[in-house]
Amino acid sequence: MRQKGHSVETIAAWVLALLWLLPLAYSLWSAFHPSEYATRFDITAPLTLDNFVRAWNQAPFARYYLNTVMLVSLVLAGQLVISTLAAYAFARFRFFGREVLFALVLVQLMIMPDVLIVENYRVISALNLLDTIPAIALPYIASAFGIFLLRQTFKGVPNELVEAARVEGASSFGVLWRVFVPLGKTTYIAFGLVSVSYHWNNFLWPLIVTNSVESRPLTVGLAVFGAPETGVDWSVITAATVMTMAPLLLAFLLFQRQFVQSFMRAGIR
Amino acid sequence: MVSAVMNAAEPNAVRRKAWLTTVNAWLLLLPAMVLLAAFTHYPILATLYHSFFSLSRGGEASFVGLENYAYMLEDDVFRQVLRNNIVFALATVPTSIALALLMAVWVDKKMAGRSFLRLAFFTPTVLPMIAVANIWLFFYTPDYGLLDQFLKSLGFSGHNWLGDPSTVMSCLAVMVVWKEAGFFMIFYLAALQTIPPELKEAADVEGASRWYFFRRVTLPLLMPTTLFISINALINSFKLVDQLVIMTKGGPNNASSLLLYYIYEVAFTFQDTAFAATLTVTLIAILAGVALTKFVYLDRRIHYQ
Repeated sequence: MRQKGHSVETIAAWVLALLWLLPLAYSLWSAFHPSEYATRFDITAPLTLDNFVRAWNQAPFARYYLNTVMLVSLVLAGQLVISTLAAYAFARFRFFGREVLFALVLVQLMIMPDVLIVENYRVISALNLLDTIPAIALPYIASAFGIFLLRQTFKGVPNELVEAARVEGASSFGVLWRVFVPLGKTTYIAFGLVSVSYHWNNFLWPLIVTNSVESRPLTVGLAVFGAPETGVDWSVITAATVMTMAPLLLAFLLFQRQFVQSFMRAGIR
Repeated sequence: MVSAVMNAAEPNAVRRKAWLTTVNAWLLLLPAMVLLAAFTHYPILATLYHSFFSLSRGGEASFVGLENYAYMLEDDVFRQVLRNNIVFALATVPTSIALALLMAVWVDKKMAGRSFLRLAFFTPTVLPMIAVANIWLFFYTPDYGLLDQFLKSLGFSGHNWLGDPSTVMSCLAVMVVWKEAGFFMIFYLAALQTIPPELKEAADVEGASRWYFFRRVTLPLLMPTTLFISINALINSFKLVDQLVIMTKGGPNNASSLLLYYIYEVAFTFQDTAFAATLTVTLIAILAGVALTKFVYLDRRIHYQ
């Protein structure tokens, strides 16, 4: 009886999983087959890379890739440095104004820059940075979430290690660099994966602050490319869509465990 | 004499050290605080300030007090958008949580192909919403799209899914549930793995059915996780708007528009930044309200442990 219940559940789970993979599987099918097979499933349909070639030639995807890579690197590098310094101060120093400053940091956990698009646009505009990659990155570089996550990690570092480094004559920065940063490795990886996937996928803010090929990331490039008025055919649009997702999707397939764990660590705040 | 000098010097030294620590800490925090001030604190205050002003035709801002708010409450589009957002949250949050729980229970067991199942459920989480919108747009395309082709093969007629105000929200909700459920699944999975196996063994000895065990033991133990996910999902449902740019532009007739998308339209299409500020204050109030509930709740949970 119990055995039977299990197998029914197994089948149900598999049906749901296949249903879940269907949209992705469909886009891969359409991207790799000639457009006449976009809605016709024929196992003998010829495979082709033609859709990718056409998408690549019709829009500056190489430039979009470069922009996205520059964007996520800039955001991540900035976030890591700034969160490390701030988290160190919060975790290991007792100083005047600590609680107030920490509360000011936490405000960003409630009200993300995603919501403040109108005023952030004014700030970026006042800084004369419109339509640049730093404009997309700046609102996100001080990450309350990164500071919070690293502060938790740094708080767990045993005092003996800090004392030992002090005895050896390490300065404040020396202790941070030689003791705290190495011990925070798992947190850094978790935060890094979540940050990269968030900013690779981010759309509304980059759409608002960019308007040229030189600064547009992949997501915005894809939206411009796939707009109905451009008259591009469906298979080419799916090819472009696959190109936009591919690096992150491949990274995910290769490092599934790290991704899942990172999303989990990052979600529990 | 000597000890008196020492005593006088000591508090000074301590004070000097405390002062140095404070200077050091503030220097470490300087870059973060400058950026937070520029892109979080100042924008919040500026939004509030600008919501009390109105732009005249000449572009000169004049103080209008609560006029923008009065206008907002009268604005049919705002009302509809707020209603849409509430409907969207009510439709997506419970559904994705229920599905997430089901998925987690499945992939927690030693089920055939468990790692494949986990992969299948979680994958949509890592895809950009904009790419997802592109793919699903084609599903919903009238006549030519997959959904209509499938229905036609069964003898039904085609339907303009995204063009019909009565179906557009459901279509978007289905897509969002597809994208989000796998993300919530991992929190349930983590929680399930902390349930001691002895409880299960004891229940087996007692001859309790699986459903009974799930209802009386598993579900109550998962309550904190469910609350945590619900709050996050609720906040998310007010921020997910990328799909609207690609799929509907809030249409037809604002039937699918959500609050953040309306803010984007008012500010960047209609160029009415004063009214956009008023709408943003409303959204901030909603998000802060939900988030504060979360902090208060999380605080309580930490005390219990």
